[in-house]
Amino acid sequence: MYRETQIIESAKTTSPNGGPDAVDDGALVINVGPQHPATHGVLHLVITLQGETIQKIEPHLGYIHRSIEKMCESLSYRQFIYVTSRMDYLSAHINNHGCALCVEKGLQLEVPPRAQVIRVLMDELTRIASHELWWGAMAMDLGAFTPFFYAFRERETINDIMEETCGARLTMNYMVPGGVMYDIHPNFQKRVKDFIQLFTNKIDEYDDLVTGNIIFQNRTQGVGVLTAADAISYGCTGPVARGSGVACDIRKLYPYEVYNKVAFDEIIETAGDSYARYLVRIKELKQSVRIVEQLIDNIPEGDFQAKTKAVLKLPKGEFYSRVETARGEFGVYIVSEGGTTPYRIKFRSPGFSNLSALDHISRGCKIGDLMAIMGTLDLVIPDIDR
Amino acid sequence: MTNEEIKQHIITGLPNASFDETGEWLQVLVPVDAWKQFAQWLRSDALQMDFLFCLTCVDWAATPAGKALLTMVYHFTSTVFRHTLVVKVKLDRNNPEIETISDCWRTAEMHEREVFDLFGVQFLHHPDLRRLVLTDDFEGHPLRKDFEDPINMIKL
Amino acid sequence: MFSLEHITDFIQQWLYATFNPTMALILECVIVMLLVIGLFAVLGLVLVLMERKVAARMQIRLGPNRVGPKGMLQTAADTLKLMMKEGLTPDGADKFLFNLAPFIVMIAAMLIMAPIAFAKGFQIWDINIGVLYVSAVSSVSVIGILMAGWASNNKYSLLGAMRSGAQIVSYELSAGLSIISIVVLSGSLQVSDIIASQQTGWWLFRGHIPAIIAFVIFIIAVTAETNRAPFDLAEAESELTAGFHTEYSGMKFALFFLAEYINIFIVCAIGATLFLGGWMPLHIGHWEGFNQIMDYIPSSLWFLGKTFFLIFLIMWFRWTFPRLRVDQLLSLEWKYLLPISMFNLLLITLIAIMGWHF
Repeated sequence: MYRETQIIESAKTTSPNGGPDAVDDGALVINVGPQHPATHGVLHLVITLQGETIQKIEPHLGYIHRSIEKMCESLSYRQFIYVTSRMDYLSAHINNHGCALCVEKGLQLEVPPRAQVIRVLMDELTRIASHELWWGAMAMDLGAFTPFFYAFRERETINDIMEETCGARLTMNYMVPGGVMYDIHPNFQKRVKDFIQLFTNKIDEYDDLVTGNIIFQNRTQGVGVLTAADAISYGCTGPVARGSGVACDIRKLYPYEVYNKVAFDEIIETAGDSYARYLVRIKELKQSVRIVEQLIDNIPEGDFQAKTKAVLKLPKGEFYSRVETARGEFGVYIVSEGGTTPYRIKFRSPGFSNLSALDHISRGCKIGDLMAIMGTLDLVIPDIDR
Repeated sequence: MTNEEIKQHIITGLPNASFDETGEWLQVLVPVDAWKQFAQWLRSDALQMDFLFCLTCVDWAATPAGKALLTMVYHFTSTVFRHTLVVKVKLDRNNPEIETISDCWRTAEMHEREVFDLFGVQFLHHPDLRRLVLTDDFEGHPLRKDFEDPINMIKL
Repeated sequence: MFSLEHITDFIQQWLYATFNPTMALILECVIVMLLVIGLFAVLGLVLVLMERKVAARMQIRLGPNRVGPKGMLQTAADTLKLMMKEGLTPDGADKFLFNLAPFIVMIAAMLIMAPIAFAKGFQIWDINIGVLYVSAVSSVSVIGILMAGWASNNKYSLLGAMRSGAQIVSYELSAGLSIISIVVLSGSLQVSDIIASQQTGWWLFRGHIPAIIAFVIFIIAVTAETNRAPFDLAEAESELTAGFHTEYSGMKFALFFLAEYINIFIVCAIGATLFLGGWMPLHIGHWEGFNQIMDYIPSSLWFLGKTFFLIFLIMWFRWTFPRLRVDQLLSLEWKYLLPISMFNLLLITLIAIMGWHF
């Protein structure tokens, strides 16, 4: 209670940047969140409105801050990977992958080819699942409920595949330093192929239902325009930046695992509005399917895990690895003092930087536009708060 | 640009910078009073470091050498030349103060607030330096090595 | 043949024969009141269940299927739950207006029931300005919504109410013009006359393309007037949590909820009456045999069938389309629907004067 009042008062009276930020007297300050149907988590936005027009947005974070970075400082190099599943829980595999890569970089460990392919397959399936959820949730933010259920129909299939191989549906904890934890389930290849066949038709269905809808296009086109220069300055990555015409796909720029051996396109749209960001993600679905199609029949035989010591010790030094999650560039920065636990670990989460652009791109928009913008920024709150 | 070229550029601009090439990327250590000018130069001049992809801080209090040392770590890359540079600035742990770079890279505004929140680094001339993830009345800076919370922290 | 007309006539004759005229009238009023309230309760239960089942069907789910056979009693259980719940009133609310608002919305919905012909000769009040009365009274409900939004002392509610006000006031014009086009064709404001004028065919078919345009505009406008998706900006749960009824709970919320469904029923009934011939069976030109078979279906079934078809249409909209933005909503009305319906009205007038309709 105390905190809320203080925030509202501060939003009313102060204008931290002065000048253009100064709030009119007739302004209405409303709190969107931390419990709100459109924030998909505990994001708290203090919005200053003039009528229906947004003058200023101030994000208040920390409702789900668990200090994961501090926690990781007391966990071993094998253990801390599991905590990162709880950050961006929609691309848990890819988070784990980034951490595993960073540890491997420190150990100078070579990952067996089989594990590399399995990792990429899992990453791409995760990306499809994550974009599915985003698609449903975004349509729901715009008032169309039905797509959510359509999206979940396909997402369930992926979750089932994950469950079979990894033993979990959401926080898989499948990547370990040196490879993956278990070999893939015997059914894996068949089920993934079935899924790909089913899913290719469904993407067209999504286009029929949402992409081609005139109301949807009117709601998203020209809304929340982020220029390329702003996207870079705000540190935006992933589909958000690619929707603004910035080539930033880590899989292309700094290929890891087998991404340099598979053919896929980096989707870039130049409009920078919500519709462009939407299109990038929808087209990325097809590219992910392409990657999976290329790899699913070509999983090499061999070990699924490199031989590692029971207790991992990274040499003294600093290691940084980055991977492309469904939301953008995920970076892991480990400072090691030579012990069994990281001395300092920093997770560069894509959502945090993408969120910082929210205020800039939604000024002058209507409240309804804010939902379209937040939907296409694809914010996952635990990823932002960490 | 190769590391050598970057070095050459930096040395002409900042003669007293020291380099470290042990890591994946070239690291440069910049004195705190030269930092702001150097940042502006990085952003706009020959190197075109327009993308700040990681900004963080390391507390060295648990190491024998760094009882009174905090290090700001900035990871820059250039979307034009695709080279990466790591900049480090050493701060006095008891009175950490550094100029903000949120006017050069907009993303720094939130990242600096986070570092202020968790490490207690004062960013001078920051437009809106308040706690980001913790409550306004929170005491201490959790990511510092000497932070103690007997209720919520479990020692392993 | 079974007809509700005989039953009502019989009851009226019996009442007037047994009691003096004043007493008979009062008793008639009581019977009508009970019937309307009963109808409201049944409609609320049926429509909510229908919405949930329709939504479930469209969303590849099953919908309610636990309470009662095939989940039929789900809404009854929900109503019971809502009645048991505490009706909270926020601290800073204007208590009087806050409590009054749901009743105004409800009463406005009840009043519109009066001129609707449910079957042949089964009508509460065949007032001679029937459709005018309907459009007049239906705009009263916006007062209730504004009152709810203002009295709640909640910013979301206020925004929702303001949106709702702008929306209903705008879309009433289009709805009104569409109604007038049928009035022009049939030459009467009285509901029974409008239905009688469709003896030879429904206006939707007889009025050429302008009548179809009027029908489409009417459906769009009433969807907006009843605050249904894609025009549900007053509630807009992803933007304003629940809009004007954010602060309502328990039975007061249930009244808003019920009123929404009753309003849908009413506007669809009006649409069925004006464009689809009300209780009039489907007759095609000189196909005598076909027409006679159609006559065997009771008029009440015709009316309910048409109404529920339109209700289904509106539900279909809701579960398919995303929501419009507030400025797009208003520009759709003022820039597109209103000019089109005005021009359309001219065309229809021309058709009516020249007698070009079938």
